[in-house]
Amino acid sequence: MADVWETYKLTIIALIALAVAFFSSVIVVAETQQAVVIRTGEPVRTYNRFQPNVPYGQTNTGLRFRIPFIERVQMIDKRVLDLDMERQEVLSSDQQRLQVDAYARFRIIDPVTMVENAGSEENVVLQLQPILGSVLRQELGRRTFASMLTAERGEAMTNIRNTLDRQARQYGAQVIDVRVKRADLPEGTPLEAAFRRMDTDRKQEAETIRARGARDAQIVRANAEAEAARIYSDAYGKNPEFYDFYRAMQSYRSTFMGGEGQSSFILDSDSEYFRQFRGGNR
Amino acid sequence: MERLGGLIERIALAMAGKRSPWGKPPGGAGNEGGGEGEDGETPPASEDQPKGPRNPWLPGGGSEDRPRRSANIEDIFKHRGPEGPRRAGGGGPNFRLPQRPGGGSWFPVAIGAIVLIWLGFTTIHQVAPREQAIVTTLGKYSRTLNPGLNFTLPWPLQSVDVENVSEIRLERIPDGTEQKLILTGDQNLVDLSYLIRWSIKDLKQFKFQLALPEETLREVGEAAMRASVAEHDLDRVLSGAGRADIEQAVRTRMQAILDGYRAGIVVQGIEIQKTDPPEQVVEAFKDVSAAQQDANAAMNVARTYEQQLLAKAQGDAAAFNKIYEEYRLAPEVTRRRLYYETMESVLGKTDKTIVESGGVTPYLPLPEVRRRAEQSVTAATPASPGGGR
Repeated sequence: MADVWETYKLTIIALIALAVAFFSSVIVVAETQQAVVIRTGEPVRTYNRFQPNVPYGQTNTGLRFRIPFIERVQMIDKRVLDLDMERQEVLSSDQQRLQVDAYARFRIIDPVTMVENAGSEENVVLQLQPILGSVLRQELGRRTFASMLTAERGEAMTNIRNTLDRQARQYGAQVIDVRVKRADLPEGTPLEAAFRRMDTDRKQEAETIRARGARDAQIVRANAEAEAARIYSDAYGKNPEFYDFYRAMQSYRSTFMGGEGQSSFILDSDSEYFRQFRGGNR
Repeated sequence: MERLGGLIERIALAMAGKRSPWGKPPGGAGNEGGGEGEDGETPPASEDQPKGPRNPWLPGGGSEDRPRRSANIEDIFKHRGPEGPRRAGGGGPNFRLPQRPGGGSWFPVAIGAIVLIWLGFTTIHQVAPREQAIVTTLGKYSRTLNPGLNFTLPWPLQSVDVENVSEIRLERIPDGTEQKLILTGDQNLVDLSYLIRWSIKDLKQFKFQLALPEETLREVGEAAMRASVAEHDLDRVLSGAGRADIEQAVRTRMQAILDGYRAGIVVQGIEIQKTDPPEQVVEAFKDVSAAQQDANAAMNVARTYEQQLLAKAQGDAAAFNKIYEEYRLAPEVTRRRLYYETMESVLGKTDKTIVESGGVTPYLPLPEVRRRAEQSVTAATPASPGGGR
């Protein structure tokens, strides 16, 4: 054992030194990363810097070298990153309030500028967040509440994206897209008012439907009564005098027999009914 | 490597000491070297020490008090075989590879097995039918593996990332059951929940392009849904046709945005699961359908009345017409008959008092009439003289 060490001492030391030197001078750059080599605080070169339209596999990735101990490597995300805005209350041009949640998607396209001006991706996000908020407030504030909600949003978003992009360039970032993912009425009075409006709107609709129903029913009834009257007059009009008699007979039956209470008759023997009773025609 | 392996074995042997599992230690070899190592000093097993005359030519007979043993076949082969030449050329007098009889050292075997397993796991890749895999060579994308058996360089030179690409993934918005209110074009609110069905279109873009693909998908979905709902009025959003329109619009919009990000995602479809009015006003919405029912109910009642009324009118008219036809044929008779029949049935069932007219002063015994009436259940009311005149 000791003899091995004695014999191969130099070789072993050389091998270890070589391995250390190799591993400290080699960096692996993945497809999702771009590397900035910093020599004594100053960025000197980059690997796998973002270039549009270069397919994966032909990028400048893989095994790359640096000078150990002198050069430091900072890995920066090459992918599309997320910038989420805090909820903002936006006042429209017609003095309505809207709570807006927006997000932006950006990418570091100039890692050297980013390292110099921001330091890290988190710092870029922190720098851009308030800018996004204020740009959004400005741009949407020019619009009426109704137009904020609808298709005009697209144009507003392009303006916001362009403004934010100009700001982002100084941090080496490119803003790809800005979108509003939520636009809500603020909690409290505006929301309550909206609910109240919807509520009364529906109540109005309901009562209108009921009233129309009642109206239509009444018309149906009136028509029916008119029709019935026509039928009666058609029939009875043929002989009003007989109708009078016939109807009177019906009326007696229903009054004295079907009606309530006990009826007592005190009849004069002169009455028509007793004509024969008295002995025929006088 | 081989030398290093031998070294390890030797250390292990030294640690094993006298309880070495190898049975007969190579005592002769050790003793010849001057008896430095512990195993070198190990006396040969007792059965190896037959009593007899000492043989000065035999190795291992250093100890004077030990009985001399005769040369046996083991001694003859001791310095031959695979170890002999290696020991001769192999440097220090103390260095040699330990003997490896049948059960031999497991260390090289174990290391070999580990290497084999490592190679097996990192060079052979079975990709299932629904999957694809990304191969990166030292971080650089090199190719995409398709289903089947694939071979790559071992890790860490190449690494493989397998992903199910055919699977339709589901993203539900919102996650829980809470309300998600969205403003419609007429500034009403609607409570909406929906499902995004998506799958991976291009695995390498999906892996390398977006930092947070799933979260991006959700946010894009929310943005597209808000924009599409804001283009429609509340009534249209609540209706079935409007829902289908919105689903289609959201899908198109999402796909355009995601393609803009080159996300490698394809949106298979949007399913709106629920479009409800906000729960704060849901009663008013229910009242509308109740009102519709009420209106229909009122209409039904009116139509019932109409039918009853008309039927009665027609019946009455028909009855009158029949009678009238008879009456026309024999007016006086019919009239009389009707009169007497009616009087009969009316007077037959009531109390009657007949007062003779003429010379008698009529005395109307009203108390009597009343008393008689009170005997029955209900009080009677005096009726004026009736009859057709």
